[in-house]
Amino acid sequence: MITDIYTIIWKELRELLYLRGRMRGGRISLLVLVGILGIFMPLQSGKEWFTTALPVLFYGLLPFTLVSSVIADSFAGERERHTLETLLASRLADTAILYGKIIAAQIFGWGLTMLCAVLGVVAINLVYGRGELLFFPLMVAFGIMASSLLVSGFVSGLGVIISLRSTTVRQAQQTFSIAFFALFIPLFALPLLPQEWHKGATAVLEKLDFVSLGIAVAAILLVVDIGLLVAARLRFRRDRLILD
Amino acid sequence: MNGIAIQTTNLSRDFLKLRALDNLTIEVPVGQIFGLLGPNGAGKTTTIRLLLGLLSPSQGKAVVLGYDTHNAADQIRHRSGSLLEHHGLYERMSAEDNLEFYARAWHIPAEQKRRRIQELLQSLNLWERRKEIIVEWSRGMRQKLAVARTLLHRPRLVFLDEPTAGLDPVAAAALRYDLATLAETEGVTIFLTTHNLIEAQKLCHQVAVIRQGRLLALGSPDTLCNYRRLQRIIVSGRGFDETLLTDLRQQPGIATAQIRNSHLEIDLTTETSTAPLISWLVQCGVVVEEVYKEKASLEDVFMALMKEEV
Repeated sequence: MITDIYTIIWKELRELLYLRGRMRGGRISLLVLVGILGIFMPLQSGKEWFTTALPVLFYGLLPFTLVSSVIADSFAGERERHTLETLLASRLADTAILYGKIIAAQIFGWGLTMLCAVLGVVAINLVYGRGELLFFPLMVAFGIMASSLLVSGFVSGLGVIISLRSTTVRQAQQTFSIAFFALFIPLFALPLLPQEWHKGATAVLEKLDFVSLGIAVAAILLVVDIGLLVAARLRFRRDRLILD
Repeated sequence: MNGIAIQTTNLSRDFLKLRALDNLTIEVPVGQIFGLLGPNGAGKTTTIRLLLGLLSPSQGKAVVLGYDTHNAADQIRHRSGSLLEHHGLYERMSAEDNLEFYARAWHIPAEQKRRRIQELLQSLNLWERRKEIIVEWSRGMRQKLAVARTLLHRPRLVFLDEPTAGLDPVAAAALRYDLATLAETEGVTIFLTTHNLIEAQKLCHQVAVIRQGRLLALGSPDTLCNYRRLQRIIVSGRGFDETLLTDLRQQPGIATAQIRNSHLEIDLTTETSTAPLISWLVQCGVVVEEVYKEKASLEDVFMALMKEEV
């Protein structure tokens, strides 16, 4: 089972690296991405990169973009390029195919995020370090790792369910965008709330312990991630995938 | 398994109100090449999907390599290889990586994998181009690579959906030879669908003709040709015209009659005696120079079956 999952991961990452038909093209795209997100952006903040909560938000949301760019392709792409049926006719088990694709998307999204975070630390130390080691407070470092992992789990779980049901990659991407837009609708509605509610919410937030809040949000995300994995497993049926 | 690789009993599949496969009952012995023939939409692809356990039957059952498709489809897929309607290759990957992926999927040991990939790619004249991304390859080259992928893990049963489609005549003949050798020397059972009736006649030990999901005929190509009692008479000479053809078609025992390349071709549907027919032609003013009988081909039988059904 583990070997089969690894086989799928190998194939998925291979395809990602062969982006636009050439291994070199895929590598250059990745280098540009890592250069901007991992080096350029942290250098813009300088030493302050380690003293604000911005990196948690930045690295927490980065997998959102990275994972969503590949997970839509996972099944819809195979279907569109007529490779899905051959894959399903192989000896690979359902779970190996499904989880292999999810993990590959997470390796890409979370792995690149971690690489960007490390490169950011190295770049800032090289430019602003002057002999002393600059680093995130441990809690922030842990927050970055956990939030990016949980967000990539959430995006890959939801994305794979959408991709399983989509005929084309384009359709999967559109559905994905709509789903995330729907998730953020409550944020857009915030300014429309009565003024007293704003004051009440601010008062509550001021009293909050952000560490406890972070743990609570992480726990909720973890439960949601597991739920999405279970839902994806239930949705994965070879006959439905062929007939959809 | 008892020497039977594939056994279906009243195998049926419905898609909403459409019956795609209707009570198909066949047996394919181990080591045979079995051809499933039929027009587009006849149910050929559905049959392969059912036999691979990719679809569940609405009715009936199928046992493949001794395993029931309903509850042991993974065992069937483990022991078989398939080249389906589409070649199923990853076009953004190289030829070698495509084979590498499926070799890993079948857990082929590293050294054996390397030798097998080399052996297959060399036999198909693709070895020199193994590092190329296949997106720019011709259809024929991709089809060859797909065949290599299908045979990579030396399966006991191979499903091939139109295997020679897109191949040039030389490559198609070579593939036919390879398939025949595979069945003969290694006892591999081959289940193929094809529109190429000449290919089916040359290659298959047994063929089944289906239309709208129903089995119309089953047997060896020779048996089918004899069973339909079709025979063709070719008459060389002069005096063939449309009036003669019209009169000829009204004679008893005549299926079709046509003029082709200055010869008169007459298909007989029953055991019509040839001599009275030739006498009748002479009486009609035809100058007969040569008459010979041609055995009906599988294509003739197929066309006759299709007409009967219409």
